[in-house]
Amino acid sequence: MVDHGTPEGLTAENRRLVKEVAQLRAELSALRAEAPSSSVDSATDPTPVTNLTNPEIARYSRHLLMPEIGVTGQLKLRNAAVVVVGAGGLGSPCLLYLAAMGVGRLGVVDHDRVEVSNLQRQVIHTERAGELGVTKAQSARDAVARLNAACRCTAHEIHLNSDNALELLSAYDVVVDATDNAATRYLVNDACVLLDRPLVSASALRLEGQLTVYHHRGGPCYRCLFPEPPPPAAVTNCSEGGVLGVVPGVLGTLQALEVVKVLLDVAPDAPPVLMLFSAFRQPTFRAIRLRGRQPRCAVCGPDATITHLLDYPTLCGQAQHDGPSTLALLPANQRVTCSSYAAAARARVPHLLLDVREPVQFAICHLPGAINVAWSELPGRIDEIPKADPIYVVCRFGNDSQEAVQYLRQAGYSTARDLIGGLHAWSASVDPDFPVY
Amino acid sequence: MANLTVTVEFSGGLESLFPGVEQTVTLPTTNAAGAPSTVKDLIQWLRDNALKEKPELFVSGDTVRPGILVLINDVDWELEGELEYQLQAKDNVVFISTLHGG
Ligand SMILES: [Zn+2]
Repeated sequence: MVDHGTPEGLTAENRRLVKEVAQLRAELSALRAEAPSSSVDSATDPTPVTNLTNPEIARYSRHLLMPEIGVTGQLKLRNAAVVVVGAGGLGSPCLLYLAAMGVGRLGVVDHDRVEVSNLQRQVIHTERAGELGVTKAQSARDAVARLNAACRCTAHEIHLNSDNALELLSAYDVVVDATDNAATRYLVNDACVLLDRPLVSASALRLEGQLTVYHHRGGPCYRCLFPEPPPPAAVTNCSEGGVLGVVPGVLGTLQALEVVKVLLDVAPDAPPVLMLFSAFRQPTFRAIRLRGRQPRCAVCGPDATITHLLDYPTLCGQAQHDGPSTLALLPANQRVTCSSYAAAARARVPHLLLDVREPVQFAICHLPGAINVAWSELPGRIDEIPKADPIYVVCRFGNDSQEAVQYLRQAGYSTARDLIGGLHAWSASVDPDFPVY
Repeated sequence: MANLTVTVEFSGGLESLFPGVEQTVTLPTTNAAGAPSTVKDLIQWLRDNALKEKPELFVSGDTVRPGILVLINDVDWELEGELEYQLQAKDNVVFISTLHGG
């Protein structure tokens, strides 16, 4: 019998449960390997279907009634293979609509696992998938299977990179870029040009979204517009900047629409356009006429220098995932661990705790006694900081706090030190009840 | 000296570098070199007069940094001559940073 009242009992119970979860996961993936739906068969194109079955006619009747779609259009969807890179906020509605509308084969590429902070926008995933720690690719595949059993959907639980992208994407007719970082966007663009596949690309952040179809009917590619990646400091991701749930929902839904237009060859003479969406501003939608294919483009121009895939994380100066980076700017004697700060605070050692997160984040949670001056405002408000001894500086992940300590020390605050790992580390190593966001 | 007024908008996160999402800018009709004012002059003016912080997040040399698209009256500036486009009164110029989130 496990004694839940003692730390030893709880540790033993925890060890037993971890083992059990690992065993169940192994069983699950073994079962999935046997299941016919998970066989990686989308690479081999079956002979195209030339007639709709009676159940298909019943199911897609609302499409068939429109001359713009009709039987011909429905058969094109039925015979198409579309791959969605990223099963996040954009990929969720895109995959659901593509499956619902009767696209015959789908692929979904994502190696991340479902987390609870995804569920506010990634509507294809469930709380259950988050609890089980299922990958987003599997979770999305399962949702597609529940929605439309006839859709052959392959889950690619891998990290797309320059070694695997060409082979993987070549099995599909259209590529949907629903990723969350600059490095993967350049990778997917270059792969689509090299494979000659149209690329339906969108992005979303905070209250805004952007959408373009690249490398389609002689139009520009992503590099024609953005030959060089932006400096890493100019890139904000959803876990830093936030995003209103429905915003990627709108953009991902529009991506599904653009896929249909590509497959059905709608409006073949339309010039290339960048669609801008702004949730709280007027006008909500704006269509910008874009440049054509650029003769100087390094990947799609006549004198292209990029003939194989590159090292994209290095090119973009950042990791190929959407998450906090970890800087190490300060020498060890200017830093303290959360647990040693906790000990000092418990012993009531006099000090100043300066929280340099933005006020919206400070309002979510903060440590007792902390004063809040955001890092972005610190230079203008330096006079408000008393010359206390010592000064501890904290932020969310422990990056801004280091920059703030450097700044404070240059301004004469020679006792400033940062809390290593920020409030995330505080929650992990000192107080598990402290909220994580 | 004659002036011309244009409206300028920022989006894709650039608005945080400036006082607001939209502003009107009045420039002399001709620049210091005596030529008609261009988008290049506008970028310089914004850098020197409107930018609150971190110029490297807006400019690189005498143009915008990589990852910023400029729209002139809802058209990609590449179709309008880029830096050399001659500003007209009431033009609408949008500076938009490409987004990567998904
Ligand atoms: Zn190109």
